[in-house]
Amino acid sequence: MMNAFEMGDIDVAWCPGCGNFPILKTLKETLAELEIDPKQLVMVSGIGQAAKIPHYLKCHFFNGLHGRALPPATAIKAVNPRLTVIAESGDGDMYGEGGNHFIHCIRRNPDITNIVHDNMVYGLTKGQASPTSRRGFKTPVQVAGVILEPFNPLAVAIALDASFVARASAGDREQTKEILKRAIRHKGYALVDIFQPCVTFNKLNTYQWFKDHVYYLDDSHDPSDRTAAFARATETDRLPLGVFYVNPKDSFEENTQMYRRDERPLHQREVDAKKLASLIDTFTMAG
Amino acid sequence: MKDPRGTATRRDMSIVLCGQAGQGVQTVETLLTRILKTAGYHVHATKEYMSRVRGGANSTTIRVSGKRVSALVDRMDVLVPLNAGAVAHVAERLTPQTVVVGEREVVADEAIESNRTLAVPFTEIATEIGGKIYSNVVAVGAIAGLLGLDPDAVVAYVRRYFAKKSEDIVANNVKAVRAGYDAIGKLDMPAGLRLSFKPSAKVKDELLLSGAEAVGLGAIAGGCNFVSSYPMSPSTGVLTFLAQHGLEQGVLAEQAEDEIAAINMAIGASYAGARALVTTSGGGFALMTEGVSLAGMLECPVVIHLAQRPGPATGLPTRTEQADLELALYAGHGEFPRILFAPGTLEQAFDLTQKAFNLADKYQVPAFVLTDEYLMDSYYNVKGFDLSRTKTERHIVKTAKDYRRYELTKNGISPRGIPGYGSGLVAVDSDEHDEEGHITEDLDVRVAMVDKRLAKGEALRKDIVRPELIGPKDYKKLVICWGSTYHVVKEALAELGRTDTAMLHYSQVYPLHPSTADLIGKARKTVVVEGNATGQFRKLIRLHAGVDADEGLIKYDGLGFTVEDVVEGLTAIDKG
Repeated sequence: MMNAFEMGDIDVAWCPGCGNFPILKTLKETLAELEIDPKQLVMVSGIGQAAKIPHYLKCHFFNGLHGRALPPATAIKAVNPRLTVIAESGDGDMYGEGGNHFIHCIRRNPDITNIVHDNMVYGLTKGQASPTSRRGFKTPVQVAGVILEPFNPLAVAIALDASFVARASAGDREQTKEILKRAIRHKGYALVDIFQPCVTFNKLNTYQWFKDHVYYLDDSHDPSDRTAAFARATETDRLPLGVFYVNPKDSFEENTQMYRRDERPLHQREVDAKKLASLIDTFTMAG
Repeated sequence: MKDPRGTATRRDMSIVLCGQAGQGVQTVETLLTRILKTAGYHVHATKEYMSRVRGGANSTTIRVSGKRVSALVDRMDVLVPLNAGAVAHVAERLTPQTVVVGEREVVADEAIESNRTLAVPFTEIATEIGGKIYSNVVAVGAIAGLLGLDPDAVVAYVRRYFAKKSEDIVANNVKAVRAGYDAIGKLDMPAGLRLSFKPSAKVKDELLLSGAEAVGLGAIAGGCNFVSSYPMSPSTGVLTFLAQHGLEQGVLAEQAEDEIAAINMAIGASYAGARALVTTSGGGFALMTEGVSLAGMLECPVVIHLAQRPGPATGLPTRTEQADLELALYAGHGEFPRILFAPGTLEQAFDLTQKAFNLADKYQVPAFVLTDEYLMDSYYNVKGFDLSRTKTERHIVKTAKDYRRYELTKNGISPRGIPGYGSGLVAVDSDEHDEEGHITEDLDVRVAMVDKRLAKGEALRKDIVRPELIGPKDYKKLVICWGSTYHVVKEALAELGRTDTAMLHYSQVYPLHPSTADLIGKARKTVVVEGNATGQFRKLIRLHAGVDADEGLIKYDGLGFTVEDVVEGLTAIDKG
């Protein structure tokens, strides 16, 4: 049976061999195996090469502004909690331009999955440093090499007591699929940072480099242990993959209390003319 | 023009309260306006205040009348200074006729010498009752006594106002208001202060509210069920109002991390079928401009309440101005249609905010409600809002399997589907896109999409709100204004009593109503009154109606126009 998210023969803007291809394929398989209805799935993205992903699978999508995927994703879920919402983009989009939203989205904890293609370089603008570029990485702009400390999204998320924090590697489709399944099923904000080789602009962090520099967390890691999760997230010699931290809590939609007495999404609701009239009536100041 | 009528023939009384931030000027204003309104008097109150939480000098001007009053005046019949610097703060408005009511220590020498000073020891009386905290209520009692209000009704209102507090607090407030009332009664009062005009039973049933509340109520009436914003004076009142009534009225109110998040959330909510609002000011709106462009490109309806304050940059945070018209008109890169309302009255604030939601939905465009600090912070009584006109127009369709979000149509309006309603997929993209919403660099599609978006700008011209002409139809002179100056200009013209002059008020400033050129062409002389330094609306008329007004009457000191400002300004222009 054909995958329900398959688009068929379409023009894709990624370079041959790009790490985005395995991520797209894995995502489609994950969604199909989770039996998600494409008509109930909204993909939200920003701008960049990774941000084009919603165009390449069958779903509703909101391809918004650079760095701004998380606010609309939060709002879409908040006004219709029946939808499955995935916000997916690159590291420049989510951690650079959208850094403030990344922080506050974690605090808000909407029930969305945040997938970040982390290739440690800017692709669409042709090879400048990204927030996750390693120190010393040379680019046409960072001519003497990057002098800023790399942004550590996992450590930041765990510091903010995020609901779910994981890292995967694009090259390992089976493990990535399992991590994505857990993230999408998880209630609350779920971050999945995915190492993704950029074959055109990042000659340092290649498929082989990632292979040599990662290892999977095993059963000895307790994902409910925030301190342990933080320690793992700050390791630099070899970079752990897997689910770092799981912290179940009420979602933003639940906390708004908008659905406590009425389960309907907002678009199905009408103005309550009686309630409005009685609110207006209080302005007679009769007491 | 100070006190042109004298006290004997007073049609209305103007009472100015002045004190430091944090001293409770607001409590006195709230209590007094409510007491007056429930007694059947027409009231209007507006304030000017500093951008600080404590100290400085803030003032509120309250007008009370037997006839409707809805505009700010310079005239100061009664001044109630609450601290030592207060008299100096409003010194320019002080006249020999101004009666000053306050503690001897805070009343300036010249006011005392004017022999129209009533010294009431608010703090001393309050301390005897139970603490300095009651001095504001003592002041309320004193003013009520000065105006000759029914003391039992005043006490009854104070009792109701504090009803939720402990019995002790209620009892002390009642004592305080009575003590203030009695203290003023013992003094030798100048003539003409007791209200001579008759209260009206009808006013008792009217509404007393602020511009912020009128916009908030209009939003609810317009079906608003999502608001995301970042607090910024003077727009915050609308967010606060919707947050406080959100759960009961079905509005999800969220304070965003910044204005960029706020508008992107609102657009996301709108994409998923909500009726979304942002409320912002000055620099906050500047941050939203990329989002405005996104709403234009995605064709997502969104309502933007922009409460203007003086800029550039942080400017005067708590003051008023009408200088963001051009910003709202041009905000956002690229070309796309929009609607700009600028309500002049509380009724218009309600009606047009509601209408903004309907039209944003109908034409899938950003719709602005342009107000300012003066309108936000003005309170007065209005007959009520016409809820029978409250019809929430919805334009969402159930999608079919082959649904295309940007289907090309004659009028440019593509039926708007939302995710999860119907069997189609709803794809929107900030890149140029094809009918399905997918990225395209097909330049023919690009042209078709630009034409489609701009066609909506033509279509929405059917719904332009007509400017309101007040005065003789065969006018020779025309005074044009827009937004919050409605009542000030109207009262100024009534005061001037010219039979050859009419007023033309625009509550929709873009697109301009097509009658504009004819209406201006009929006049021998036209003046545009507006609160900015460069005559922005006058320029807009020149650009879009092809006619130029003869004169501009502008103000940009951060304060709202007063009736006297307009009377003097128009008189000076006439003398040429």
